[in-house]
Amino acid sequence: MITQNASEMAAAVAAGEITSEALTQAHLSRIAEVDEKVHAFLHVDAEGALAQARAVDAARAKGEKLSPLAGVPLALKDVMVQKGVPTTCGSKILEGWRPPYDATVVTKLKNAGVVILGKTNMDEFAMGSSTENSAYGPTHNPWDLTRIPGGSGGGSSASLAAFEAPLAIGTDTGGSIRQPAAVTGTVGVKPTYGGVSRYGLVAFSSSLDQAGPCARTVLDAALLHEIIGGHDTYDSTSIDAPVPAVVAAAKMRNVKGMRIGVVRELGGEGYQAGVLQRFNESVEVLRGLGAEIIEVSCPHFEYALPAYYLIAPSECSSNLARFDAMRFGLRVGDDRARSAEEVMNLTREAGFGPEVKRRIILGTYALSSGYYDAYYGSAQKVRTLIINDFNAAFAQVDVLISPTSPTTAFKIGEKADDPLAMYLNDIATIPVNLAGNCAMSIPCGLAPEDGLPVGLQIIAPAMADDRLYRVGGALEAAFNEAWGGPLMNMAPSLTGGVR
Amino acid sequence: MSEAMLDYDDVIAKYEPTLGLEVHVELNTNSKMFCGCATVFGAEPNTQVCPVCLGMPGSLPFVNERAIESTILIGLALNCEIATWCRFARKNYFYPDMPKNFQISQYDEPICFNGYLDVEVETDDGMRTFRVEIERVHMEEDTGKSLHMGGATGRIHGADYSLLDYNRAGIPLVEIVTKMVPGTEKYAPLVAKAYVAELRDILRSLGVSDVKMEQGSLRCDANVSLSPRGSGVLGTRSETKNVNSLRSVERAIRSEMQRHAARLDDGLKVVQETRHFHEDSGITTSGRSKETAEDYRYFPEPDLVPIAPDPAWVEELRATLPERPSVVRARLQKEWNIADKEMASMVNAGVLAVVMETVALGADSTKARSWWVGEIARQANERGVEVIDVGVTPSDVARIVELVAMGELTDKLARQVVDGVIAGEGRPDDVVATRGLKVVSDDGALLLAIATAIASDAAAAEKVRGGNLNAAGALIGLVMKATQGQADAAKVRELLLKELGQ
Repeated sequence: MITQNASEMAAAVAAGEITSEALTQAHLSRIAEVDEKVHAFLHVDAEGALAQARAVDAARAKGEKLSPLAGVPLALKDVMVQKGVPTTCGSKILEGWRPPYDATVVTKLKNAGVVILGKTNMDEFAMGSSTENSAYGPTHNPWDLTRIPGGSGGGSSASLAAFEAPLAIGTDTGGSIRQPAAVTGTVGVKPTYGGVSRYGLVAFSSSLDQAGPCARTVLDAALLHEIIGGHDTYDSTSIDAPVPAVVAAAKMRNVKGMRIGVVRELGGEGYQAGVLQRFNESVEVLRGLGAEIIEVSCPHFEYALPAYYLIAPSECSSNLARFDAMRFGLRVGDDRARSAEEVMNLTREAGFGPEVKRRIILGTYALSSGYYDAYYGSAQKVRTLIINDFNAAFAQVDVLISPTSPTTAFKIGEKADDPLAMYLNDIATIPVNLAGNCAMSIPCGLAPEDGLPVGLQIIAPAMADDRLYRVGGALEAAFNEAWGGPLMNMAPSLTGGVR
Repeated sequence: MSEAMLDYDDVIAKYEPTLGLEVHVELNTNSKMFCGCATVFGAEPNTQVCPVCLGMPGSLPFVNERAIESTILIGLALNCEIATWCRFARKNYFYPDMPKNFQISQYDEPICFNGYLDVEVETDDGMRTFRVEIERVHMEEDTGKSLHMGGATGRIHGADYSLLDYNRAGIPLVEIVTKMVPGTEKYAPLVAKAYVAELRDILRSLGVSDVKMEQGSLRCDANVSLSPRGSGVLGTRSETKNVNSLRSVERAIRSEMQRHAARLDDGLKVVQETRHFHEDSGITTSGRSKETAEDYRYFPEPDLVPIAPDPAWVEELRATLPERPSVVRARLQKEWNIADKEMASMVNAGVLAVVMETVALGADSTKARSWWVGEIARQANERGVEVIDVGVTPSDVARIVELVAMGELTDKLARQVVDGVIAGEGRPDDVVATRGLKVVSDDGALLLAIATAIASDAAAAEKVRGGNLNAAGALIGLVMKATQGQADAAKVRELLLKELGQ
């Protein structure tokens, strides 16, 4: 039952073949069974989830019309607030905090009858590419428990790959949905900036953060996308336009005549051979499906990483200033003799991990008077150049494709002491965040040299998210046919038995 | 420790002052700048808060459109240019009463800029107009309030602990910054005061703020520097914070000029710093030094989209601007046919607006003025409140004037009605009814009282009958006493004389 797709589970609930309560309980049991090994969850809200499930069952019994994913469980990245449920962002500084309100995404999920199982592990404040920066210990990749599940949303993608949940919410500031999806063989979408409300998403970098759907299939991601997307007056940067027709696009399975651009700068040096091999095969599959393949150049993408590491830390240095022990979360050293300022300092010293501190310091420096123009100002100019690159490319093609991540999942600890090597994981995903358009990662096979999943990235213009699903859906169908079933069928069992 | 002060005349003989004024105005919008919370003054602490104005993780600001409209109106009234595109910026610094540890403000892209305000000051050569140029008018959010408990001063130093009230956090603030104002000479303190007063009147006429200095809805930071006469070298300025009345603006500037001059005369430097003004002593003391300027790390607020006021909308707003207070004053002075001095006394008492309203409600302008400047101002003064806060409304005064004109109240009775209104006994008609203050105009009742008076002082009555009309006073007094002052004395005289054959 837990290996089904979310759309199949929803259909079974709607048809009365299974109750949402039983479905939810099955996932809770799975979590109890395997999460000790995977550590995808920071908090499991069994009681809340079962109550939500029973409400869906009651609604169904009364003959109420159910939404397309009603009764299906979901894992929520711990950067998204849910009223009364602990939210830590993977940080000690928020330990024990129970938010007094629901994120807009959470409200929409609740209204749609989607059952929230709990909160998933992540790099502290979404800063990282391996989930090793979580203050609560790393998450393990279900494909190989000695390896990272990607980051920052490693918990969300690992929960999908471990069949602990069929759906998850991630957030993507520089690749935090797509890279974890790539290295766990799952699907992850970073919608157009402003396509999904950020209200209740604890900000890392406001101009780059975007919540999005994670799932095991393209259609499931589309169904979830449709629920969480749309305008929100509580988020001034949300786009006041209808959600693109992503579900219809996911079902088209036809890319005939589409112009697909291969980005010359995203591939080659620094990319693992097996990753490039699977990517190149995918290009041929698309050609075989009738798409026109065009090589395009985005010359300014090489400046994306440095620009990102000025803009994101700058915004984070300001966004994370509110964690000061005054109103919520950790408070250290309040002995009634120390001043508020001393307590703030001690709390931030004890509460933030090294990567968060590194970025706060970087950002504080970059925004300092006298340095602003050289750093933040220049980075914003690079951003414009990258947008121009995308505009030029999309004048020629409908979508762009690239490998999602240069490598498959690496070993836990392998890059922990080398921030620069870690940052390079996001080299192919970061340009999209800087430009604010949308992208998807779907599995495109296992790398021959290590047998680990490889992700393919599809990039579309802003508010053309439907194109991601059209291409992703068609590719997924072609792959499944070639592989004789979904890639996830090849994932190792975590319980020793046959799944 | 009080610092040396130079005699003011000597200051002016040697130095030329340059002013700079920053005024913060709380807008009177129903909701806060970036969330839907209420903005009622004086509510229980931390009852007008939500995740947004508490800076809870994940919360986002959204702009109060009404605040933008009010700010544009202010800019237009101050002859500013209005930006066609501008942004909010974050001003980053840590302070416990600032929930996000950054303030959403505007930095290098204010919504209004390059304006001016002309103010009139009485000089040795009569009234003279000084032009105060406006650098910028921008929007920002207010901070919460810290209450420092224990310790002697109520200041953070020496306090045992602090309480935080976030009701004020996020209230829309408009900051109005002047350019440097040179050439005011010895009138600098008066120009500063006149500027704040004129600004207050404009803001009140726009209806965008309560402009109550004592409640902090209008706060002034007064900057001044001195340069040796003729040197052309700008001196170091000090910034005196939160000067809470018009009179204090004048006193603070004067006191700072005297302090600066004394230092300069002694060969000392003026320190660039924040000063606090003390109402009781009339001097300032040092606050935080600005020598190591704080780096606020401004950058464009990424959670808000740019503001692009439609020029057509701006023109619509311009068309709604009320008459400028200075123009209104000139017009009224002519209409009411009063002297400069009388006009000035109304303006100084802060009653011009209520007098206008009272007249607009039909009252005679002389009567309206005399009530507001006289009895009501006196009562307010006794209670230590502003005239407009004493509890009497223009419609109350208009009604009282009307009742007197109709002969239903005497001036003496009318003063009792004012007492009643101030005491919270209701509107004038309620007070008249409950206190039984109507003029006794019933002839029968008066004739009875007159007969009683004649009987009790027959000698006086006889004198009147004999043609000595002066003797009527004693009898009239008896009648007035018997009617507890509620009779119209002229009417009593008329009836009495008739009764005694005169």
